[in-house]
Amino acid sequence: MMRIIMMKQGKKDQHLKTTNNMASKVIHAIYNDDDILLHAVKQVRNEHYHIEEIYTPFPVHGLEKAMGLADTRIAITSFLYGLVGLAVSIVMMDYIMIQDWPQDIGGKPSFSYIANMPAFVPIMFEMTVFFAAHLMVITFYMRSKLWPFKKAENPDVRTTDDHFLMAIDAGQHDVDALSKFLYDTGALEISIIEKEEDH
Amino acid sequence: MYTLPNKLKLFAIIFMVVGAIGIISGFLTTPSTTAEVKEMMAAHGDSHGEIAEQDGDTHAVNAEAAGNHEEAAVDSEEAHLLHTLHQLQNKPWSALYIACFFFFMIALGCLAFYAIQWASQAGWSPVLFRVMEAITAYLVPGGIIMFVLLALSGLHINHLFVWADPEVVAHDKLLQGKAGWLNGTGMLIRAAIFLGGWMLYRHFAVKNSRKMDDATDNRLFKKNFKISAGFLVFFIYTESVMSWDWIMSFDPHWFSTLFGWYVFAGMFVCAITVIAMITIYLKSKGYLEFVNNSHIHDLAKYMFAFSIFWTYLWFSQFMLIWYANIPEEVTYFVTRIEDFKLPFFGMVAMNFVFPVLLLMNSDYKRVNWFVILAGIVILAGHYIDVYLMITPGTVGTSWNIGIPEISSVLFFFGLFVFVVFTALTKAPLLVKNNPFVKESKNFHY
Repeated sequence: MMRIIMMKQGKKDQHLKTTNNMASKVIHAIYNDDDILLHAVKQVRNEHYHIEEIYTPFPVHGLEKAMGLADTRIAITSFLYGLVGLAVSIVMMDYIMIQDWPQDIGGKPSFSYIANMPAFVPIMFEMTVFFAAHLMVITFYMRSKLWPFKKAENPDVRTTDDHFLMAIDAGQHDVDALSKFLYDTGALEISIIEKEEDH
Repeated sequence: MYTLPNKLKLFAIIFMVVGAIGIISGFLTTPSTTAEVKEMMAAHGDSHGEIAEQDGDTHAVNAEAAGNHEEAAVDSEEAHLLHTLHQLQNKPWSALYIACFFFFMIALGCLAFYAIQWASQAGWSPVLFRVMEAITAYLVPGGIIMFVLLALSGLHINHLFVWADPEVVAHDKLLQGKAGWLNGTGMLIRAAIFLGGWMLYRHFAVKNSRKMDDATDNRLFKKNFKISAGFLVFFIYTESVMSWDWIMSFDPHWFSTLFGWYVFAGMFVCAITVIAMITIYLKSKGYLEFVNNSHIHDLAKYMFAFSIFWTYLWFSQFMLIWYANIPEEVTYFVTRIEDFKLPFFGMVAMNFVFPVLLLMNSDYKRVNWFVILAGIVILAGHYIDVYLMITPGTVGTSWNIGIPEISSVLFFFGLFVFVVFTALTKAPLLVKNNPFVKESKNFHY
C-alpha cells in the first residue's frame, strides 16, 4: 500500500504527518530546470543522502556523472557486436561469392577471397555498423528492462513533459530537515512516499 | 606571454642546419652522367640489378609516369641508364618538394580549421586560437618556398613536372590537349592567386583577433566571422585546384575527381594533430593552464574522425578504380602496388588501423601521451601518403628513403618549429574579449 503526503511550499511550517511503523520512506522532489537539478544533485550527494532515481523528460548532460553512476559498458558491447558483424560479413561474402556460387563480375577472378576483398569492404562496413547498432539498442532495452507493453514506471506524469523528479531515500534521516534542505536546493514540490510492506 | 626558450630555438636551428647540409649533399651526390649511374648500380650489387630488370617491364605501362623524359624509351641498356639518371636527378628535388608541401599543408589545414571555428562560432575552441594562429604563421614562409619550388618545376628548371618539358609534350597527344591548363605560366598565376588569397585571409583574421584583445564591442568578432565564411568558400575551390596543379599533375595522364577532397582530408587530420601536439607540449611546459582535458579530448576526437574520413576517401578512390580496371586509371595504383608495396599498404595501416584502435576508447583521448603517440604515427603516415602521391611520378622505381628525403624533412621541421613558436610569442596565449572565451574556458565533456 502506498500513501502520499503532499506538502506545498506555502505551508512549509505545517507539521508533516508521519507514521510510526517501520516503512521505507522515499522523498520525491520536483524541479523544473535541469541546471537547478544538476546543482541540487551535487548538494544532495555532498550531504550524503542517497538518490534512488531521477526522472527527466530529456537526457540531462552530465547528470550521470553528478549522480556518481558507474560508467556505462555499452560501448564495450558495441565494439564486440561490431566485431561479430565484421566476422559475419566476411564468412557470409566468402560463402556467397566464393564457395557456394563463384561469380565473375567485372572480370575479377572469383576463386580467391583475398583477391576480391576490396569489393566486400562496403559490406563489411555495413554489417559491422548494422550489428553494432541493432544489438546495442536491444542490449540497452534489455538492460533497462524495457519491452513492448511495459507499464511506465515514472511516478509523476509531468516528468514526461517539463518537470524533473528526484527520488531520495529518506532512510533514518529527519524528514523535516531533509525536506527543508531540498527546498533550499530549489525544489518546487516535495512529497513523501511511504512504501509499507504488506504482511 | 610566451617567450621562445633558447633551447627550443637552438633545437630548431640545429634541425635546419643539419637538414640544409643533407639537402645540399643530396644535390651534390646526384649523378650527372649515365656512366656514374652505371658505377653506382655496380657498387650497389645485385639488388639494384633486379630492380633494373623489373623496371624494364613496367616501362611500357608508365613510361612517362615514372618520370621518363625520353618518350622513345627502347629496351636498350643506354636508354635504361638514361632513364635512371633522370630519376636520380629528380630525387633530391622531389624530396624537397614533398617535405615542403607536407609542412605547408599543415599550416594550410590549420588555417581552414581556424576559419571553421570562426564561421561556426564554436564555443569550445577559442582557448586554442593562439595556438592555431601560430601554426598558420608558417603559411607565409612555407608558401613562399612552395612558390619558388613550383616556379623551378613549372618553368622546367628542374624536371619534376613532365608536362613542363616541351620535348615530352611534343610527343604526347594527351598533354597537348591539356596544355591550355597545364603550363608553367598558368600554374604559377593560379598558385599566386591561391597563396595570395590564403595569406590575405590569414593576415586579416589574425590581425583582427589580436586587435580584439583591446576591443570594447563585438565589431571585430563579426568582421572575422564574415571573412572566415568567405575564406572557406574560396578555400574549398582553390584547395581542390591546388591539389590538381601541385600534386595530381605529377601523373598528368591520370585524374581522379575526388583528389582535392583526398588531399584535404590528409592536410586536415595533420593540422589537427599538430594543434593537439603543440597544445599538449605547451601545457607540459606550464602554459595554457586554461586548456583542460576536454579540449584535448575534442582534438583527439577530430584526429580519430578525420583519420576515418581520410580512409573513406582513400578507399573510395581505390575501389572504384580497382573495380572498373580501366587501363588509363588503374596505372596509378598498379605503379604504387608494384613498386611501393610496403609504404603503400603500411601507410594505410598507420593512417587508419593505428589511430582507430588507439583512439577509439573515450578515456584514451584524454591521455596525453596516447594522443602524442597516435599523432606521431598519423604525421609519419601522412608524410608517406604525400610521398606516394608524388614520388612514383618523379623518381619512380629509383626511390628510397635516403639522405635527401630525411634531410628535407629535418630542414622543414626545424623551420616549422622556429616559425610557429616565434609566432606564439607575438600575442598573449589566451584571446580576450572573444564572446565565447568564457564558454571555452568552462568547456567540459
